[in-house]
Amino acid sequence: MSDDHHITEVAGTGVPIPGDDVDTDRILPARFMKEVTFDNMADYLFYDARRNDDGELGDHPLDRFDGANVAVANANFGCGSSREHAPQAMMRWGIDGIVGESYAEIFRDNCRSLGIPAATADHETVVALQEWIEANPDGEVEIDVAAETVTYGDTTVDVAIDDAMQEALVDGIWDTTTLMYANMSKVERTAADLPYVGSDG
Amino acid sequence: MSERTLYDKVWERHRVTELPNGQDQLFVGLHLVHEVTSPQAFAMLEERGHDVAFPDRTFATTDHIVPTEADGRERPLVDDEAETMLSALERNTAENGITFFGLDSDRQGITHVVAPELGLSRPGMTVACGDSHTATHGAFGSIGVGVGTSQIRDVLATGCIAADKQRVRRVEVEGELGAGVGAKDVVLKIIGELGVDGGVGHVYEYGGPVIEALGMEGRLAVCNMSIEGGARAGYVNPDETTYEYLRGREYAPEGEAFEERKVYWESLRSDDDAVYDDVVTVDVDGMDPLVTWGVDPGQVIEISEPVPAPDAFTDRTDREAAERAYDHMGVEPGESMLGYDVDVAFLGTCTNGRVSDFAAAARVLEGRTVADDVRALAVPGSETVRAECERRGLDETFIEAGFEWRRAGCSMCLAMNDDALEGEEVCASSSNRNFVGRQGSKDGRTVLMSPGMVAAAAVAGEVADVRKYLDDDRPAGGGVEGVAD
Ligand code: SF4
Repeated sequence: MSDDHHITEVAGTGVPIPGDDVDTDRILPARFMKEVTFDNMADYLFYDARRNDDGELGDHPLDRFDGANVAVANANFGCGSSREHAPQAMMRWGIDGIVGESYAEIFRDNCRSLGIPAATADHETVVALQEWIEANPDGEVEIDVAAETVTYGDTTVDVAIDDAMQEALVDGIWDTTTLMYANMSKVERTAADLPYVGSDG
Repeated sequence: MSERTLYDKVWERHRVTELPNGQDQLFVGLHLVHEVTSPQAFAMLEERGHDVAFPDRTFATTDHIVPTEADGRERPLVDDEAETMLSALERNTAENGITFFGLDSDRQGITHVVAPELGLSRPGMTVACGDSHTATHGAFGSIGVGVGTSQIRDVLATGCIAADKQRVRRVEVEGELGAGVGAKDVVLKIIGELGVDGGVGHVYEYGGPVIEALGMEGRLAVCNMSIEGGARAGYVNPDETTYEYLRGREYAPEGEAFEERKVYWESLRSDDDAVYDDVVTVDVDGMDPLVTWGVDPGQVIEISEPVPAPDAFTDRTDREAAERAYDHMGVEPGESMLGYDVDVAFLGTCTNGRVSDFAAAARVLEGRTVADDVRALAVPGSETVRAECERRGLDETFIEAGFEWRRAGCSMCLAMNDDALEGEEVCASSSNRNFVGRQGSKDGRTVLMSPGMVAAAAVAGEVADVRKYLDDDRPAGGGVEGVAD
């Protein structure tokens, strides 16, 4: 994941994740964060929402659309905690890209760090796509990151991808550590100009 | 130059350069680290062979997974997974020369409680932490942002984050707060009015007479919940209240240096003619204490108001969210939350785990006892808070009333330790999130409220109005204080 590469499009079958304000506690319940790696996170994705009281998997979309690559969410997706465990779990489960009405900012930043395009579209567009996926579980959904479009069946719709995310993915420079490390001498200068650094005052 | 906000000034001073993707590379002056979101970042750092760029500007503590029972803190911890996380942080901080307030430190506690009380968070800083409540530090007039693990790696390796400058919304809070109504009520009101996603794309500058009259601990509670309103950061311009709070704190500058720094801090305040992207006014005059009735912090009412009907929401998404909330909470539109049965009372967290919060709750509890069927937990936000409460004898008030008096940690805020709701239990909580499953049980129910309201609920065994428990000759409770601590 740390290797840079260009992400101009992601494609595969879709999975609708309906509902507004889906928070990160729901995506990845906190009790599963007691691990020092992200390796097992896919197992915990939407853990409680997917299971009945006896712990059996039911008809949650993730189980009905197993193997999907593109998640389709509604408004304010990923709100709440900053845990990168949430998009990590989605990525490790198999999600390569998301289309949604809107995202919480930390969640979107985390997606960018992981190279997961998070596109936005209006409510009608998103719902139409969700309905299409329900009717066409094996149908391909493609997010074109550069053109800012989503194609499914015979339909192509415009979506928006925030500029920084688009540039980062298309140019293959979404690894910000490498980018910023190149500027360390400037960082030292900025820090030295701040009265509280060094003196700790 | 004039017309600039504090946010503009702080951003400019910390901006290193523009990155090829159009974002700014922003220097982080204070990096706070805890056990849950950092181990993967340290591992990534090691993988790449990077060192921690600014170990002196990095401070760690342990909060999320620590047991809060006094006898549960022996090492190794009983919970293997918790022990692994704690050991990993011990190792990572030791190897990288980072100050760590560990389980054996009398400064251990929740990052957002520890850094302010030690004087680590100060005006004009940029603060980052792998935790969404980093906005808390904005109470000093700093810019605090919550970041994910890959960004923690960025900060460790470079001392910087890649960030987009946000719009600034001035949230002007007007009116006068009555007895028993305080900072927590103010921020719940703001979130209720502006919505849980109202702040997306913005930082909030909180101001106006109500904010100015709050003490630092009240301001910390307000800024803490910025993220619950969708704002990545929130801040209050520094003033005498800020400076007086900082004076004498362990990491604050001393003597001459303090006075010099004060002049600098003062220069960072938003200009009188600062230009905001928008200004909203929230009127809290004479409002009642607030409680949530639903499953997000925006589903909130004054205690005198009924649970809203579906048609009170013009927005489709709000209506759907309300339907889900009635169902989970078992409440009906039109009902009052007064009398809603409570099983657990939880006092603590980075929102309301400070000395003034416990003092406000203690005023209610003095001479009263917790209802028979209520489990009541008082969990100081830090060991420093615990020691100060004990010095004042507040612990005795809690224990006599029937509360468990615990050691510092996040505890039942997110239940990563043993402190969790069971089944459909209802918790009167001074925390910041009432999301489904947040307190450890997927069927558990959370009612957010001020510390005074939690104490009142504990005594009544149901949601109650704190003002009924404030005798006339007692000062007002609920974290109201203009009083700092
Ligand atoms: S007290 Fe709660 S909100 Fe605050 S840092 Fe801990 S878990 Fe997060």
